[in-house]
Amino acid sequence: MIKVKINGQEQSWDGDPDLPLLWFLRDEAGLTGTKYGCGQALCGACTVIVDKEAVRACVTSVNDVAGREVTTIEGLHPNGDHPVQKAWRQLNVPQCGFCQAGQIVQAAALLMDNPKPSHDQIREAMSGNICRCGCYQRIENAVHLASTGV
Amino acid sequence: MNFIDNPRKLRGFEKHVRVEKVSRRSILKGLGITGGFVLAAPVMSRQALAYETGAGKMPHGVVVDPRVFVSVAPDGIVTIVGHRSEMGTGVRTSLPLIVAEEMEADWSRVKVQQAHGDEVKFGNQDTDGSRSTRHYLMPMRQIGASARTMLEQAAAKRWGVPATEVKAVNHEVVHSASGRKLGFGELAADAAKESVPSIEGLKLKDPKDFRYLTKGQVGMVDLHDITTGKARYGADVRLPGMKYAVIARPPVTGGTLVSFDPDAALKVPGVEKVMKVQGWPWPSKFQPLGGVAVIARNTGAAIKGRDALKLVWDDGPNGKYDSVAYRKELEEASRKPGLVLRKEGDADAALKGADKVIVGEYYVPHLAHVAMEPPVAVADVKGDKAEIWAPVQSPGGTREDVAKTLGIPEGNVTVNVTLLGGGFGRKSKCDFALEAALLSKELGAPVKVQWTREDDIHNGFLHTVSVERIEAGLDKSGKVIAWRHRSVAPSIASTFAAGTVHQAPFEIGMGLVDMPFEIANISCENPEAAAHTRIGWFRSVSNIPRAFAVQSMVGEIAQATGRDQKDMLLELIGSPRIVKPNVKDLWNYGEPQDSYPIDTARLRKVVELVAEKGGWGRQVPKGHGLGIAVHRSFVSYIATIVEVAVDDKGKLTVPRVDTAIDCGTYVNPERIASQIEGAAIMGLSLVKYGEISFKEGKVQQKNFDDFQVVRIDESPVVTNVYIVPPGPDTPPSGVGEPGVPPFAPALINAIFAATGKRIRSLPIGKQLEA
Repeated sequence: MIKVKINGQEQSWDGDPDLPLLWFLRDEAGLTGTKYGCGQALCGACTVIVDKEAVRACVTSVNDVAGREVTTIEGLHPNGDHPVQKAWRQLNVPQCGFCQAGQIVQAAALLMDNPKPSHDQIREAMSGNICRCGCYQRIENAVHLASTGV
Repeated sequence: MNFIDNPRKLRGFEKHVRVEKVSRRSILKGLGITGGFVLAAPVMSRQALAYETGAGKMPHGVVVDPRVFVSVAPDGIVTIVGHRSEMGTGVRTSLPLIVAEEMEADWSRVKVQQAHGDEVKFGNQDTDGSRSTRHYLMPMRQIGASARTMLEQAAAKRWGVPATEVKAVNHEVVHSASGRKLGFGELAADAAKESVPSIEGLKLKDPKDFRYLTKGQVGMVDLHDITTGKARYGADVRLPGMKYAVIARPPVTGGTLVSFDPDAALKVPGVEKVMKVQGWPWPSKFQPLGGVAVIARNTGAAIKGRDALKLVWDDGPNGKYDSVAYRKELEEASRKPGLVLRKEGDADAALKGADKVIVGEYYVPHLAHVAMEPPVAVADVKGDKAEIWAPVQSPGGTREDVAKTLGIPEGNVTVNVTLLGGGFGRKSKCDFALEAALLSKELGAPVKVQWTREDDIHNGFLHTVSVERIEAGLDKSGKVIAWRHRSVAPSIASTFAAGTVHQAPFEIGMGLVDMPFEIANISCENPEAAAHTRIGWFRSVSNIPRAFAVQSMVGEIAQATGRDQKDMLLELIGSPRIVKPNVKDLWNYGEPQDSYPIDTARLRKVVELVAEKGGWGRQVPKGHGLGIAVHRSFVSYIATIVEVAVDDKGKLTVPRVDTAIDCGTYVNPERIASQIEGAAIMGLSLVKYGEISFKEGKVQQKNFDDFQVVRIDESPVVTNVYIVPPGPDTPPSGVGEPGVPPFAPALINAIFAATGKRIRSLPIGKQLEA
């Protein structure tokens, strides 16, 4: 039995310990905010925070996070008012929106690590997250806005 | 089984579709609805419409009925139906916003309800072809105005005053003479009893009184949900008792399953069942390819189980498809005469007599859509009833195809439309929903079919592969006197009908025969090309290779004659005029030429606007270059300037993009800008990386590592968007797709300006490194 804390709640899993965290979150725990985009850590749609670090849930097993704390988009802020989320709405960042949970979680992790990133640092830190709609200009500006106060 | 016998199902083939003459009213009566009315756009009076669109020629036409689209609750909440699919354009907000504007509803008290697939009730729902605002701006205004009129009539009766004395203002109806007011909620019950006014008698709002339209101040209705992980896409649907499935499909188009061994898969923890999936022979429109499904308690187990399957395939007739060899075939075909589609003057003779002939052969390979949400669908089939939840661009078509595939009446199929995690044309094909329906029927349980990214790239409906060969003949003064353009590419029609070797009217109408240049001798030709995989619509479709070829050739002519690119472009466009190409049945994106002519004044204007705003001719640093291109597509006019920087290792970056768009009357400039910003990224992706190639019939790429798309660290630093203000009666035109085509040639022309290297083959790959 693996125990893991997700968004502050204790969850347990007695199935395949190698099951990717992504599918545990989505299909077993019902937390569908975290998305599947590639399964190979190439696109960042499944980004979650484990302890204080952004990881790709598609290549992280449930076993890997045993006894650790996982934060998903649903747990980022109780009312959805994390500065990154507010900045995202202020600048109308999303188009289809599918990659945005991963983008927002990645950006939140960046700001924990570096509260005032430069534009180049934003572009570097966010380069693992693909947006096929091409919202990059607004993503960059929203991260900058979140870092300077919304 | 073959489903191409019903021509109405050939979506996108509007020219071949017979327009049904059945009275729409009688259809409604047959369904037991009274009082409503449905009209096809062409029969609307010109007075009420001011312009005609091709909306009425789409399957099931247009429904203009406030009772279908609007409901008002006693508490005042107004619910407006969004009947098109939301894949990122903002249409689920824009169309209801138009209704709210006209009915004077307060947007903060409006809820949007997504329509299920039902085209008899809602009219055409195919969210493709950049048509939603173009076809529905006026119908949505009429629906809103009808609802407002009914509310006003109800208030006037309540007060015993003439309806002309009352007026709806911000969610209430006011009688200013007496100072009385009634909220929409208080009038709801009475208004519902009012008869629906005739379209001809409706009074539309004066645009100067608009509160929402053209302002760009209203965010997408799903914005909060998207940023908090609550938005529900196809992949997010969960039903009690639902099974999770992934499918192993034939690796070669037209291949079939010979045998399979499920034993190892069944030993994977969480795997519950392995079963065959019915397949249809290629081509069969959107029918499933067949294969073997692994059913599990979660998607991860299903994927692991599929990896353990032992499968033997017969590759079938396309087992030798090879992109290197096929390119040679296309190039050779482009060097010989083909089916002549447009002929003005005598291009052959003029080319022979020309002082100089410039020849360009431009290659664009297959492309995959790779929407961030791979295809996915949930189905629950019980007896002769089916319910589907899926991110489909074509809910009506999906409903029809599910009914046919299961052999049940269409009325027994409910298609719930979720948000789409991107579409780009891929989700106009409902094969994934059909797979889910087949599996659910056999399992007797709800099932979700999830495509992996590898499935998406291996088994999609790809953008075609093409060679566009242009020969331009110049006289001694450098004036272009002859233009011969041969386009060779397998047609999307090949996905519907075996043996197709020529492109369809809607494909040749995308930048080939509608080429707007003022040249005396023109020949547009289409040599034959057979398909060896499934070809489908990809955002902006044939306009990608056409704009790339035509606008690169403009750059090449400027280069050969030592002229400025923009001046050359304006000279070729020529005088402001309406172009009437000598073409039988000009497709014109399904729109009447009266309302949507090929207008070179508008084409010139976007070139001039982007040149002015984008600083054409400005000094750029060493290693930088500016390129320009213009293209009319989806009856909109778009010009783009790209500034590129190429370093001494051949690495390119894009410091700045400027785009001017004339899309006629528009609704939401903020979403127009977002579409154009995104189009620049998609354009840059296809120029830098876009290539799906085949060897021994199989796609050679598999995921985002070898089918790359542009990431944020290589995206343009800034994309500026300029929207041409519409004339008073300019009809709305497309926005979702037109931004893509001019980007590639503008970038390619910029690269020439920066480096002196002329790229004729996409993607660039390592071509700048040499």
